[in-house]
Amino acid sequence: MSLQYFGLHSISGSLIVLDHVKGARFDEMARIVLDDGTERTGRVAMLEGDKAILQVFEGTHGLSLTNTRTQFTGRPMEMPLSEDLFGRVFTGAGRPADGLGEVMPEKFGDINGAPLNPVSRQYPRNFIQTGISSIDCLMTLIRGQKLPIFSGTGLSHNKLAVQIVQQAKIAQDSGAEFAIVFAAMGIQNDVADYFRRSFAESGVLQNVVMFLNLANDPIVERIITPRCALTAAEYLAYEKHMHILVVMTDMTAYAEALREFSSSKGEIPGRKGFPGYLYSDLASLYERAGIIEGIEGSVTQLPILTMPNDDITHPVPDLTGYITEGQIVLDRGLEQGGVYPPISVLPSLSRLMKDGIGEGYTRADHAAVSNQLFAAYAQVQDARSLASVIGEEELSELDRKYLEFGRYFETCFLTQRFNENRSMEETLDLGWTLLSLLPKSALDRVDDAVLNEHYDPAAAEALVQKVRERNG
Amino acid sequence: MMQQPVIFSVNGPVVKVRDTNVFAMMEMVYVGHRRLIGEVIGLTDTETTIQVYESTSGLQTGEPVEPTGAPMSVTLGPGIMTNIFDGIERPLRALEDASGAFIGDGLAVPVLDAEKEYDVDVKVQKGTVLQPGEAYASCPETSAILHLCMVPPTLSGTVVYAAKSGKYRINDEIVRLEDADGKVHSLTLCQKWPIRRARPAARRLSPSRPMITGQRVLDTLFPIARGGTAAIPGGFGTGKTMTQHQIAKWCDADIIVYIGCGERGNEMTQVLEEFTALTDPRTGKSLMERTVLIANTSNMPVAAREASIYTGITLAEYYRDMGYHIAIMADSTSRWAEALREISGRLEEMPAEEGYPAYLPSRLSEFYERTGAYETLNGREGSVTVIGAVSPQGSDFSEPVTQNTKRFVRCFWGLDKALAYARHYPAINWTMSYSEYMDDLAAYYEREVNPKFNAYRTELSALLKEEQTLMDIVRLIGSDVLPEDQKLVIETARLIRVGFLQQNAYHKDDTYVPLQKQFLMMKLILHFHHEAKKLLAEHVELKAIRESGVPELIVKVKYDIPNSEPERFETLTRQIDSTLHALRGNKREVL
Repeated sequence: MSLQYFGLHSISGSLIVLDHVKGARFDEMARIVLDDGTERTGRVAMLEGDKAILQVFEGTHGLSLTNTRTQFTGRPMEMPLSEDLFGRVFTGAGRPADGLGEVMPEKFGDINGAPLNPVSRQYPRNFIQTGISSIDCLMTLIRGQKLPIFSGTGLSHNKLAVQIVQQAKIAQDSGAEFAIVFAAMGIQNDVADYFRRSFAESGVLQNVVMFLNLANDPIVERIITPRCALTAAEYLAYEKHMHILVVMTDMTAYAEALREFSSSKGEIPGRKGFPGYLYSDLASLYERAGIIEGIEGSVTQLPILTMPNDDITHPVPDLTGYITEGQIVLDRGLEQGGVYPPISVLPSLSRLMKDGIGEGYTRADHAAVSNQLFAAYAQVQDARSLASVIGEEELSELDRKYLEFGRYFETCFLTQRFNENRSMEETLDLGWTLLSLLPKSALDRVDDAVLNEHYDPAAAEALVQKVRERNG
Repeated sequence: MMQQPVIFSVNGPVVKVRDTNVFAMMEMVYVGHRRLIGEVIGLTDTETTIQVYESTSGLQTGEPVEPTGAPMSVTLGPGIMTNIFDGIERPLRALEDASGAFIGDGLAVPVLDAEKEYDVDVKVQKGTVLQPGEAYASCPETSAILHLCMVPPTLSGTVVYAAKSGKYRINDEIVRLEDADGKVHSLTLCQKWPIRRARPAARRLSPSRPMITGQRVLDTLFPIARGGTAAIPGGFGTGKTMTQHQIAKWCDADIIVYIGCGERGNEMTQVLEEFTALTDPRTGKSLMERTVLIANTSNMPVAAREASIYTGITLAEYYRDMGYHIAIMADSTSRWAEALREISGRLEEMPAEEGYPAYLPSRLSEFYERTGAYETLNGREGSVTVIGAVSPQGSDFSEPVTQNTKRFVRCFWGLDKALAYARHYPAINWTMSYSEYMDDLAAYYEREVNPKFNAYRTELSALLKEEQTLMDIVRLIGSDVLPEDQKLVIETARLIRVGFLQQNAYHKDDTYVPLQKQFLMMKLILHFHHEAKKLLAEHVELKAIRESGVPELIVKVKYDIPNSEPERFETLTRQIDSTLHALRGNKREVL
């Protein structure tokens, strides 16, 4: 029987202080038993002399200085792991939340993980086809990548995430299984339910592990939710050799929980009150995506965050963008214009794309068509801002062409139905067809040989006809 | 008897020890039973503050803290090249052998391979008098680098024993040196040096030669000198890392020190893979043969991130002392500043701007001032050039790290989100960027490339500047109202932007462009501008010039004329002249 400490020295926010403590370890877990027999979990956040400061995951309401007994476990926060995780729903702290009982653990994993040695990593190169043209062509998702969705409140990021999960396909037959770990942080009940329902409807629920920390759950638990999810993901990927897609939403709620917790500890705030270590903390999550050389399996991350006030320079999207390998940015203007998915192409980017596309991966002309689409769409923006000043009639012929190209790009390329799964071939061909709306001389990002092969004004004309007929 | 110092408190990476006076400032210590590496960063009469370079999870109060009596140092010797280290010079490959794919704690691995034998050529004999920094032996470290073993800068004396040339390991005794006090020192192939102290040199040389990168916008418009400093600030996705990779691959430095400071793990893997596979144009061997990587990724301990910058520059100074020219890529110095801020916060120091400690500027200047071209103690010439990426929060260049860095570097290569969105790479904004080395290097360009180089560059910049002014008008009222000659300025500037400033890192010729071709491209564009101007004066329509196919030829010249055939520029110029000449019949109506 190990030592129990009766009572507390003081309580502040979600922190409790114990004194006359012997042998407590930094970062270890403690069980706090209340007089009424209920139990809470705490973690050592700081040691000073014989004082130990603990953070309590379930909150400190109902605790008094005298009604608790605390016992240190001698272990860091751990998560039971086994293949039986699939189909299960857990709380944000990794406890069963579906009434199906405890998981029979094959092993326990430290939820903090350990940094992956850069020399042990394998550089990700194989793409995941999402069936969404804008993503597949312009910001290709690569297995082992971390590619967040930057969204705003009220935009269709959840719908997009579900569509990606349903359609995601690994291009090369690798034999390994594909599965999903879903971590919800501070999202509403309805949203969590939407995800659960969508997974069930598309029949992938048996391939999903869910961790739910809802908006009214304790914030200290929210801080460990993604860590539990990633520990499960790493186990399934590197020890069970599966390809795991981790969907984490909403990272902004996570960062706010971290801020709340930091301020209760009395730490010096950095930008917008977020703690100075927000970057390191987010990195300790995002960097857990990857592939280990010589081991089958991968962890791919699709974090979702809502930009407060649609501001991309807010610390959460800003620091996220510095850590992740690109970003998919959603745009309110497009959404309001009826474009789904409302992906704002120009600020979106996939850093790993350049090494995972082209001959042997997707198609030889992939880089050319995506570069040219980006460049042409950037011209569209210039032409539009000019048109808004001097009117469309006053524009030069080329600028008017760009406006036309922009319209068809948004309605035919960006827009697709929720259940529309486009193949890579379809997507790339569509890209060329749209580019053929422009005069050949305007396509200066492409080699002449490639251009001659794919430039097809007749196809562009046919597309225009088709759209006109459709619109009556 | 002195009591063994023990841990009093643990708060993240900061550990405090009470009631002891055995420690010295900046001393390296071992913390706890697991012997985690730490450094003393604060001393008062009652309390010693230590930052720990490894994860402190599981530490208890009361565990021992062991002094080492030496400051935080790096081991310098053969075996550094081709290696990849963490922020405190622990070799990552050895760590992988010791703890697998995930990095464990308290791992004691030797910094350099102690078993590998080198062909050592001993240059001294008994009785030779050696000055500080003088070389006593040399050995081929890799196929690209000859390693010099030098007397530590703090030592001099007479050789009392010298080994014969032959095969030795790094810890074998090569020379015994008796100093003026009669004390005998044993010198091996390696030595130690504290990371926070600059290695001394004989004298500083003024910058006079550019470090050639093969990137047009840098070499032509904003050149950096050997031994210079440059900052690349830019928001995420603007291409900081890409630009640094390009410079590391192609610049004419002898040795590349690549510091991945708080950045992505996959990026370091990529550097490792790419540099190993890439053939170095100068040696014909793998580029990795003359590269050392320091990888302290964002999820590795934050204190080691802080140290990684110093580790990197100390390694660079050591090779500088051998007479090499070193280019350091530091990606990103903002992460380093954030590590400073994080530790400063744990120490409860009074914050200055945005939570950064008040000593941020002095730390930045200390780092950048360790660069420069030098005459070394042994009379050779070497240099350390630093190119530091800066990641401004919210892409706001007015934040403290960017602003303070700007004060201590002489080249500013500002990356622009708008250019990156339009996929104009490298996205270096030509109005915001500058180089203070222009005057220092003017003589070199005139002598080595062409006497007209500087004049052409000035003209090119002026055209870009004029375009910017004109575009302000165009954005308001459209381009149709401009007079023809101003439209021509816009057209020429477009050619400069698309044909000259944009550079394709994935194209076999365009990824690296020699200075001569840069000059000829610049000359061609300006030649077009002058000829077109003459035609306009003769009332030829600009539309006709635009549609003559000449602009396309100029834009594509970077792909069409290989680097090895500069003479084809002359043929092309003649072709363009005759095409333009043919337009003379095509006059517009004169009102």
